[in-house]
Amino acid sequence: MAHPVVSTSAPAADQPQSGLALGRLARRPESGSFLGLVAVLLFFGVFGGSGFLSAAGTASWLNIASEIGIIALPIGLLMIAGELDISVGAVIPAASLTAAIVSGHYGLPDWLGITAALGLGLAVGFLNGLFVTRTTIPSLIITIGTMFGTMGLTLGLTVKIAGSTGVSLVPGPIVKEIFGDYLGGMFQVTILWWVVFVVGLFWLLHISPIGNWIYALGGDKESARNAGIPTKRLTIGLFMLSGFSAAFVGVSEVMVYQSAQVLAGQSFIFNSIMCVVIGGVLLTGGFGSIVGIVFGTLTFSIVNQGIYFTSLDPNVGSVIIGALLLIAVLTNDTFRQMALSYSSKKGGQS
Amino acid sequence: MNDKPAILELRNVNKSFGPIDVLHDISLRVRAGEVLCLLGDNGAGKSTLIKTLAGVHKPTSGEILMDGQSVTFVGPSDAQGRGIATVHQFGGTFPLMSIGRSFFVGVEPTKGWGPFKIYDRKRANEIAVKAVRDFGITRIDDGDRLVGGLSGGERQSLAIARAVHFGARVLILDEPTAALGVKQASHVLRIVNEAKRRGLAVVFITHQVMHAMAVGDHFAVLIRGAIAADFRKGERTREEITDLMAGGETMADLEAQVDGYMETHAGHPPSLPALEAPAAH
Repeated sequence: MAHPVVSTSAPAADQPQSGLALGRLARRPESGSFLGLVAVLLFFGVFGGSGFLSAAGTASWLNIASEIGIIALPIGLLMIAGELDISVGAVIPAASLTAAIVSGHYGLPDWLGITAALGLGLAVGFLNGLFVTRTTIPSLIITIGTMFGTMGLTLGLTVKIAGSTGVSLVPGPIVKEIFGDYLGGMFQVTILWWVVFVVGLFWLLHISPIGNWIYALGGDKESARNAGIPTKRLTIGLFMLSGFSAAFVGVSEVMVYQSAQVLAGQSFIFNSIMCVVIGGVLLTGGFGSIVGIVFGTLTFSIVNQGIYFTSLDPNVGSVIIGALLLIAVLTNDTFRQMALSYSSKKGGQS
Repeated sequence: MNDKPAILELRNVNKSFGPIDVLHDISLRVRAGEVLCLLGDNGAGKSTLIKTLAGVHKPTSGEILMDGQSVTFVGPSDAQGRGIATVHQFGGTFPLMSIGRSFFVGVEPTKGWGPFKIYDRKRANEIAVKAVRDFGITRIDDGDRLVGGLSGGERQSLAIARAVHFGARVLILDEPTAALGVKQASHVLRIVNEAKRRGLAVVFITHQVMHAMAVGDHFAVLIRGAIAADFRKGERTREEITDLMAGGETMADLEAQVDGYMETHAGHPPSLPALEAPAAH
């Protein structure tokens, strides 16, 4: 505050470029999560031994990461836009069962089951978005509501139609190859799909102009609306994206495991939120990055699976994840503070 | 003095919400290259007046004219489209976004074609930094800096520069110097002068008389929804304006009251309810 705003000297060309490096680094939301990822990789690389570093070991956490990752990405975008989506936990099994009932129970073509499942995800997302934009109820509450609604309908309809809480599906060879195959016998093809999601959403958030709208929406909804951003359409679109992604994971799961269970997917709710927060996304919106979410997902999955390669009690894994979450939030806050204050100091010196 | 026609004019505007009359018979005019200061204490109807000017509220009766033509604003975006920009305290700037991104929210410059249009970060940063620097804020040189890292005065200046860049003709500044330090406030006032020099019509809402007198050409004091005084630069002293804003109770009266109280109460200053006088800021 003490520094003069208006100075007559200091043209842009005179700025010391080297001094900006730290400030630029701190401005990146993924800086903290990158350090976390390196730390857990080193830790399990040392204590997990050759088992963790082997192809099978890598596959074990990459497979987990890919499924959580596909869901964490849109959850992260929603969080950057200032919203939460809990309903993904119910959409995953609902989509699995929809595909299994349509294509397995009724024996209709696989593509019809897949379309119905993805459509279901989009529909739940649309409903979430509609409720969020039409009411003043926080999205946390709304999506808890739609989660229970979806869960109840899934259970009720499945029992009514199929007579049990599990339905099996044997996909055709092509569908199996696209959604449920193992590469090299151990790497789920879902990993490749995750890469597709990462590239697509990276483009959306960081390269296309819509990314700017998402940040603005999470930063200050009122100002975003005043600036002419279609905030309602954007919010609904983001919820549909997360519904779609959850349904996609549901479809992948049923193709991989060839059966669908009513009570699958609950763990995804907290796990995806944790990946996003570890990845440096601000819980209250306006700050975060796709790369950060990917780092967060990898970190989470490595701890989740790596623990089995160490001599530690597997329950310690949960403790580590809990601690990691707190450390991540603290470091991310520190980095954000650095990003905010660093430039002012630099400006004052020049 | 300034015979140019008014860009924006209110004629006998009344506004009531149900049975409550908020604005009474307001007539105002702002010309290009002129700063109209709207002074008033809290609750005097300033924000209702701003919202009426910005197209949020429609007058219950009376007329709004732009360039001499009677207009009806359909909504805030209609008013914006006609060149009326309202800058609220820090409004339109996003603390965790870069200067370039924040500047172009909603109107992002793109390159490429069709669905592959990409956000042109370099151009956005260049234009944003140039726009702010043209207003004399030369300390801003890096469009990637986060808005939250700027000082209050710089943020306010960024918001004003943004409004001007996107074609504002009438700039409504809602308490732009409130909550700013003395130095920061003086920089914002310099920006106001620069906007005036560029021929914008500025409506400057404040309750800080000093700030108003530093930039104002024309003053209107609002008390309980009506214009209590309307005068030009140099026609009133600072004390007179402050007294007007306090609702006719002069500061001298207030001081006498406090002194009298202290004499009879062993030197203790009165508590607020005991004083029963509107506090002038």
